[in-house]
Amino acid sequence: MTQFKTHISRRSFFKSTVIVGGGMLLGFNWLSSCMREEDAARALVLPDEWFDINAFLKIGNNGVVTIMAPNPEIGQNVKTSLPMIVAEELDVDWNQVIVEQAPLNTDAFTRQVAGGSQSVRQSWEGLRKAGATARHMLVAAAAARWGVDPADCSTSKGVITGEDGRQLRYEEVATEAAGMEVPEEVELKDPSEFKIVGTGHGNVDIEKIITGQPLYGIDTQKEGMQFAVVLRPPAFGQKLVSFDDSEARKVNGVTDVIRFGDKIAVLAKSTWPAIKGKKALRAQWAVDTPLESTAQHDKAMVDLLDKRSEEPMRKDGDVKKAFAEADQVLERVYEAPYLPHNPMEPMNFYADVREDGVELTGPTQTPAGARREVAELLGRNESEITLMMTRQGGGFGRRLYNDPAQEAAEISSLAKSPVQLVFTREDDMTAGTYRPATKYKVRASIKDGQITGYHLTEAAMSSHLYGSIAHFFPAGIIPNFLFEAHAVESNITTGAWRAPHTNFHAFVDQSFFDELAEALKADPVLLRLDLLEKVKELQDDRIQYSPERLQGVIRLVAEKGNWGKAPEGVYQGFSAYYCHNTHVAELAEVVLNDGKPVLKKIYCAIDCGIVVNPLAARNQAEGGIIDGIGHAMYGDLTFSDGQPSYNNFDTYRLIRMSEAPEVEVHFVENDIAPTGLGEPPFPPAAPAFANAVYKATGKRLYKFPFVKELEG
Amino acid sequence: MAQYTLNINGEQRTVDVDPDTPLLWVLRDDLKLVGTKYGCGVAQCGVCTVHVNGVAMRSCTFPVSGVGVAEVTTIEGLSKNGDHPVQKAWKQHDVPQCGYCQAGQIMTAAAFLKDNPNPSEKEIAAAMNGVICRCATYTQIKAAVKAAAKL
Ligand code: FES
Ligand code: FES
Repeated sequence: MTQFKTHISRRSFFKSTVIVGGGMLLGFNWLSSCMREEDAARALVLPDEWFDINAFLKIGNNGVVTIMAPNPEIGQNVKTSLPMIVAEELDVDWNQVIVEQAPLNTDAFTRQVAGGSQSVRQSWEGLRKAGATARHMLVAAAAARWGVDPADCSTSKGVITGEDGRQLRYEEVATEAAGMEVPEEVELKDPSEFKIVGTGHGNVDIEKIITGQPLYGIDTQKEGMQFAVVLRPPAFGQKLVSFDDSEARKVNGVTDVIRFGDKIAVLAKSTWPAIKGKKALRAQWAVDTPLESTAQHDKAMVDLLDKRSEEPMRKDGDVKKAFAEADQVLERVYEAPYLPHNPMEPMNFYADVREDGVELTGPTQTPAGARREVAELLGRNESEITLMMTRQGGGFGRRLYNDPAQEAAEISSLAKSPVQLVFTREDDMTAGTYRPATKYKVRASIKDGQITGYHLTEAAMSSHLYGSIAHFFPAGIIPNFLFEAHAVESNITTGAWRAPHTNFHAFVDQSFFDELAEALKADPVLLRLDLLEKVKELQDDRIQYSPERLQGVIRLVAEKGNWGKAPEGVYQGFSAYYCHNTHVAELAEVVLNDGKPVLKKIYCAIDCGIVVNPLAARNQAEGGIIDGIGHAMYGDLTFSDGQPSYNNFDTYRLIRMSEAPEVEVHFVENDIAPTGLGEPPFPPAAPAFANAVYKATGKRLYKFPFVKELEG
Repeated sequence: MAQYTLNINGEQRTVDVDPDTPLLWVLRDDLKLVGTKYGCGVAQCGVCTVHVNGVAMRSCTFPVSGVGVAEVTTIEGLSKNGDHPVQKAWKQHDVPQCGYCQAGQIMTAAAFLKDNPNPSEKEIAAAMNGVICRCATYTQIKAAVKAAAKL
């Protein structure tokens, strides 16, 4: 065991209570049990009394332990995985654990955010210490009672054992433990001692999900509440001039129509009349800022691809010279459209703005941001606002943006009534914050069988990629290297979308690498391994990935997928990519069906350090890969006159089961602190597929969505 | 507005709504059975699937006036203790990620397996194709449907 500074102060120990849904018409139950099915018979009995040990956990007088799930759950499994980490160091039986969704509490918890695949990585140490500190205090309390040295006591499954074999259960010393000195340093387990972490544990909400109990923001129904559906300007750049709500008000169940800014809210007793009322509104819109179209965007981006940037993101040597002296120059352009996030649960939020306080409930990836923005909007203090996080029907980045919470708060404040704001799917798909449409130009120079120059230019709508991507492989080992990025200004709102920028950059980078290997007459896997050898010699602290770990996943997936030894009629494609602190390599297998390429299978190798919950990790990898393929194949959103071309699933295509490849995932085993999985498996999927399509058909793919080229 | 007495999960429930109100919203807003989810409202995503006389139906485009005396089963009524073979298999395979689509997936699978207790992989994919999962849990859904067929 190693000693670690705890940084847990007395201040963070606060009195907590079990949260039950006050004033709820629908009983939300914030507690979730981790019990296995065989234990369901002797269902967990809630204790009469809880002992608060610290902000993360409390122990019941019957031995049941409640562990808080601090972060927003958007399907990335943190509601299960994070409490597992606490339980591990606390040394309790996972079957005796109840998980409670924590509300927003910035005093007790740090980083209550879902984004960037960072939840596990950034919480790992803190959660371990929270569990270990509690264990330390419980042991100290038992040792004090026995008059022995705590160092001579051991713990297992919630029981403290003394040197002489005497035993006390955690709940028996919980009161004394809560009064113990908080240790300045605690011992953390050696990963080899882990019993809960590294073992597959099912989703703590599974029982509620499979029986349809209220769980999501959209399920919120409270006393006195009205439902609100909002009409927003149909095109980006429009503003509201006037409207006629006489027909809307005639709809049975509609209670009010309220204008706020350029939007109009229809309030009703239930969702359907609110939707009908919205359809019955007659609004006049005027052009405020120019209405934009995809053709225009395309031209603006193409123009920027040839523009030199004043501040390149990375510059080594002299690419101009390298290209002038080259034997061969390879130049390719890659294109990707805007994408809506389309979480299955449409945007929604509950707000009750009252004189005596503001209550917010709903799905957000950034609850602290939601509270801050609502406070600013209403001119209230943050301390007046409570925020409860619900389980979220997907996020994919969309719920990093709190326009739903703001709109709900504004409507509630104007209507002087609690309001549940619901976006229809059409609203959800057309309200913006898209993955920006992006183009890349990549050029490479080859001389004497070596890559001498590499020049990548990005042009993206409203945003451009961030710093660390410029230092991804193969930066550093190519003597002349230039990486530039430009943004085109637009009134179409954009934002982070699952694996921001890397979701497309990986395709560009890894497809281009395949062509480079071909030009060099090299095996793309061996070429990667060779070049990564050179990365090992670099002294460049801008390079964050580990060449050893990237080589590790490349070798693992090449072995598992039999790289280079495909049976007759099976065509392989390869990719390897590091992003969001995790190393991933993928191998795709394509076959031809009536001459058309069909993706059969993707093999994947991942190095994310310690795998906290193997079941959930498998799910994240399988889902991320299929999602990566789905959006590369079908995802498409274009604009004409400021208006999105699609607004629902009748025209906007998401991948379905029959189109999903088989996925086989392998994890590298090691003791390195864990990193995230919500995003990293996604980006390498599309290039592995595209490289296999080339092998099968001789056709290179340069443009998302692939379906346009593959299905004609 | 009109009164409708519906047979939901074996119980008679009376609601007072407009005839064009989709069954989905009657279930969710009037009867507080929120397990049936809204995803698109245009019969494309399948997350609103319920059983009407044992047949899988999309409740978002099914007006309440058309329900009549039909027996409607929602995810809440699929089994008493959450132990329908499909639910059990879902648990065994830890299928859900965000979980939002899963009621629709489970209801679709349950109706399908009743008609075809021994399906091939192709038949499973064809039957389940109507329900979108944005988290792409398809690998485990397929495995769980196979497993449920054997329970
Ligand atoms: S909500 Fe009914 S099919 Fe999508
Ligand atoms: S589990 Fe998230 S939509 Fe299916």
